[in-house]
Amino acid sequence: MIAAAATAPRARSLPGRAWSWLRRHGVAIYAGAALAYMLIPIAVIAAFSFNDPEGRYNFTWEGFTLDHWENAFGVEELNEALLTSLELAAIATLVATALGTLLAMALVRYEFFGRRAANFLIVIPLATPEVVIGAGLLSLFINYDAALGFSTLFIAHVMFCISFVVIVVRSRLIGFDRSLEEAAADLGATPVTTFRTVTLPLLAPGLLAAALLAFALSIDDFVISNFNSGSTVTFPLYIFGASQRGIPVEVNVIATILFIVTLAAMLLVLWQQRRAEQLASVRPDDV
Amino acid sequence: MGASRRRLVPYFLLGPGLIWLLIFFAVPMYYMGELALRSGSFQEGFTFTWEFSNFPDALSDSSTQFLRSFLYAGVATVLALVIAYPLAYAIAFKAGRWRNLLLFLVIAPFFTTYLIRTLAWQTILSDESPAVDFLSFAGFVPDGGRVLDTPGSVIAGLTYNFLPFMILPIYASLERLDRSLIEAATDLYASARTAFLKVTLPLSAPGVVAGTLLTFIPASGDYVNALFLGSRNQAMIGNVIQNNYLVTNNYPDAAALSFVLMLAILALVLIYIRFAGSEALMGDEERST
Repeated sequence: MIAAAATAPRARSLPGRAWSWLRRHGVAIYAGAALAYMLIPIAVIAAFSFNDPEGRYNFTWEGFTLDHWENAFGVEELNEALLTSLELAAIATLVATALGTLLAMALVRYEFFGRRAANFLIVIPLATPEVVIGAGLLSLFINYDAALGFSTLFIAHVMFCISFVVIVVRSRLIGFDRSLEEAAADLGATPVTTFRTVTLPLLAPGLLAAALLAFALSIDDFVISNFNSGSTVTFPLYIFGASQRGIPVEVNVIATILFIVTLAAMLLVLWQQRRAEQLASVRPDDV
Repeated sequence: MGASRRRLVPYFLLGPGLIWLLIFFAVPMYYMGELALRSGSFQEGFTFTWEFSNFPDALSDSSTQFLRSFLYAGVATVLALVIAYPLAYAIAFKAGRWRNLLLFLVIAPFFTTYLIRTLAWQTILSDESPAVDFLSFAGFVPDGGRVLDTPGSVIAGLTYNFLPFMILPIYASLERLDRSLIEAATDLYASARTAFLKVTLPLSAPGVVAGTLLTFIPASGDYVNALFLGSRNQAMIGNVIQNNYLVTNNYPDAAALSFVLMLAILALVLIYIRFAGSEALMGDEERST
């Protein structure tokens, strides 16, 4: 190869070589540019958490300061909204993960009448714009004169998280090795003991992934919450309200912190999943 | 456990979740339809009167926003596809051991709040920002022209926010693809290009179909991008619905518009699936049954 290149050094012109280089690496360059496009806003959010704006609007770069990081939890309304969001996300995640896991178990492990209808009801919320989901729920609440607030937000968040939980847990259940459960049953374990000591631990990484997804969806939701919140203020609703009168820089600080925490949580799940796969792959005949 | 009790087990498992979805997703759609047929005012209360004229009234008032929503969502979907396909392809075929890291970066935007991401674009595209200066220097924007409050900025925001929904299904279908088929094509003297056009592209079609649906549906109902990155002249149907429900409390018109939006999207999805195959929406649901 090298010899051939050396004997014909001027075989191809510079534009020709540039073209072939571009053809070979074009996809990678394009992919790199696309990734940069996806990550630039995150970099901007993090960078502007160190900004020192003069007015109320955190739009133009004025100078570097750590003040807002030191004062991260110094804006009372923001703290309250954040706490509301965390509380809401925690209980909505708990309920949605439980309901979704049961649905996934039924869909993967049992043959039953009405399966297509059940599938349809689970998938259709994913194909419905959020405005329509929010508007529909508000119509229901208006009709029954229900007081909007934390409880209506809870109902809405569980509703839109369930389908996502089903999809995540379902994919884990499909790859599930049933022989381990059968072995437990053969050794005299009751169905409840089998579930508690075999099924649940093996399913744990999938449940954790589903719960994290539900938590992230809940804490991030603006559109559906905006319809059903009444006077309760969640983190996104606070940002929405503040956007009209100027958003405090602390919002960028908290967004950056949330980003890092979520990142760490995702890494934890990936690590757990790999560990679970390693555990599950240890079979008697390997020992 | 008796045989008849065993047969009931799946229904016990399904019960709580399905009842929740039924009461808080399906039933609300009924009440939305019912609300759309009421007449009256917010002060005196709305009463059910089979007021079918709400539908043509609401539609004629906001037909511009309706068409604009589908136009913006359509353009954003095409742009997202153009950006996403090569990226998904590179991750599936060229990334090697970097694959998981790159996938991680693709979903990284989801780790920050949707509203804050959109506000970041507001910062990036605001007047006299470095990005806008560059665009006008490069001749894309006339001197002293604005990027914010134009169709371009709203479409850019929609494209950005729903891009991961396009990348992930395309990646999944490319990743699942049987590579020996591509080898077979090149063994049979297909050029890299022919092998791509005749093997890779058709086999990744289900991912493209799923991705375009997952991008188009939320984009057409979105109102955050139009609110933060556009002006009144870029208002989409989501803005009208939101405004009617929450600001002017004109519930019947808002419900009528939501109902039509839902039906329009359902119709589009069904037509699309007819052309592109039914696997898309259900994902692999069909196969597991």
